[in-house]
Amino acid sequence: MNSKRNDRIATGVIYLLVGIVILLLVGIIGNILVSGVPHLSWHFLTSASSSFEAGGGIRDQLFNSLYLLLLTLIISMPIALGAAIYLAEYAADNWLTQLIRTTIEILSSLPSIVVGLFGYLLFVVQFGLGFSIIAGALALTFFNLPTLTSNIEEAIKGVPQTQREAGWALGLSNWKTIRGIVLPAALPGIITGVILSAGRVFGEAAALIYTAGQSGSTVDYSNWNMFSATSFLNIMRPAETLAVHIWKVNTEGIIPDVNVVSAGTSALLVIVVIIFNLGARALGNWLYKRLTAAKIK
Amino acid sequence: MENWQTKKTYIKKFSEEDCAVYTQNLSVFYGGTIQKLFDVSLGFKKNTITALIGASGSGKSTFLRSLNRMNDQVARVDGKIMFHDLDVNQKKINVYELRKAIGMVFQKPNPFPKSIRENIVYALKANGQQDKQKLDQIVEESLRAAALWDEVKDKLDKSALALSGGQQQRLCIARAIALKPEILLLDEPASALDPVSTAKLEDTLKQLRKKYTMVMVTHNMQQASRISEYTAFFHLGHALEYDTTTNIFTNPQGEITERYIQGSFG
Repeated sequence: MNSKRNDRIATGVIYLLVGIVILLLVGIIGNILVSGVPHLSWHFLTSASSSFEAGGGIRDQLFNSLYLLLLTLIISMPIALGAAIYLAEYAADNWLTQLIRTTIEILSSLPSIVVGLFGYLLFVVQFGLGFSIIAGALALTFFNLPTLTSNIEEAIKGVPQTQREAGWALGLSNWKTIRGIVLPAALPGIITGVILSAGRVFGEAAALIYTAGQSGSTVDYSNWNMFSATSFLNIMRPAETLAVHIWKVNTEGIIPDVNVVSAGTSALLVIVVIIFNLGARALGNWLYKRLTAAKIK
Repeated sequence: MENWQTKKTYIKKFSEEDCAVYTQNLSVFYGGTIQKLFDVSLGFKKNTITALIGASGSGKSTFLRSLNRMNDQVARVDGKIMFHDLDVNQKKINVYELRKAIGMVFQKPNPFPKSIRENIVYALKANGQQDKQKLDQIVEESLRAAALWDEVKDKLDKSALALSGGQQQRLCIARAIALKPEILLLDEPASALDPVSTAKLEDTLKQLRKKYTMVMVTHNMQQASRISEYTAFFHLGHALEYDTTTNIFTNPQGEITERYIQGSFG
């Protein structure tokens, strides 16, 4: 009866370990939400942050985070998509491909503070972009590209080989097969991959401290001229994001309600990331059904 | 197994005019040196169904997939594949055009995750056919030819993945014949289907014989005897025997053929 007993012990240990993970997760997220959500208010979300008085909001930080995310995705999506298509469909199994894969792996495990410092040296100093949204977006692109590329590559590889054969057998060229059959079939997976990596980008702080900067400039949300210094769309202005804001108020903030602001901001950050994750799943499923099923005319 | 016996072959010959396609000394190499197919010379008579039988690894699928150059990426194919007096096993041949003339249906039904209609018109549209009326007409013709029209005519815009396995396979046939090929290559088309679906599929294939030349790999010897006129027996990469299906099953010439037919191996 030894194996029976061992099996029970093993099962028990596994349950215990899973329990610890869940407990930790629920504890952390629960703590953040419980301490932060009460401070979330319309006023908090829609007013500018204050430098030394209590009662400031995070309007600019929230917008900056979303804007940076958008720019990052605009820059990294085409590159990642191209690289992923190459790796999944064209790359021969040789030393060069191995080298590319290894490089991507190393890049994805690069500490984000290193990416930030690299971005500072290259974009901020060398290219003379200064602390700016575009410098931040470029640094985040570096941070995001490896994960995004592997996510998309996995999605493309997930399309069964029989689908490609079906395309070839109908006289479609390799590229037409990829574009018309493989990519649409992989689209739900690609979207999921993009949104999941977006969650990572959205919460990133270290890569931005030295690139997008820690100071918010005065922003005018009615100024739609991208090239005007006060426009909210200006990509050359410094911009503090939610995650950087949390870091800043806790290290050098002199506002009296530091705890309130950082708790509220943290909760908002977590909520947005959760929405991204759930949204990714929902959108992926919806798209899959949509693409595989009827087209209503 | 008894490799030396592969030297002795019994291959029926047709005149070149009678054949929709024929091969001359077709050999296939994987990884540069590993030979999977040895000098196979077979002709396939127009408007017939020819079954390719043999044990797993005998090279029958490799042979079939060479005919429309599906092995291009994975293997080297030597020898000639004569189609309309042209050797189509040459580098300069446009394989995309070739594959429209020599269609293929696979072992596992592989409809695209699109609507039934889109499955059929996708390749046509990619080839520049945009006339909506013409496309609708081709959809109906192809589905009728594949004996699927009555079952799906009310749900052409529903997902092809919602169809049963047998319906999906007939959709794949419809998709292939929508391109108006001359030859249909079938790679164990019924092996993933239940008996009822298989019977329907076989009926469909019998109907299609009037318009197309079909070459079918099958593991199912009853199936070969039910629907094919000619049968080729493959063994260890060699085509050992090729004759009318009746002869192969009732009066095989080779010893290995006989043993395979009797079910001693395979």
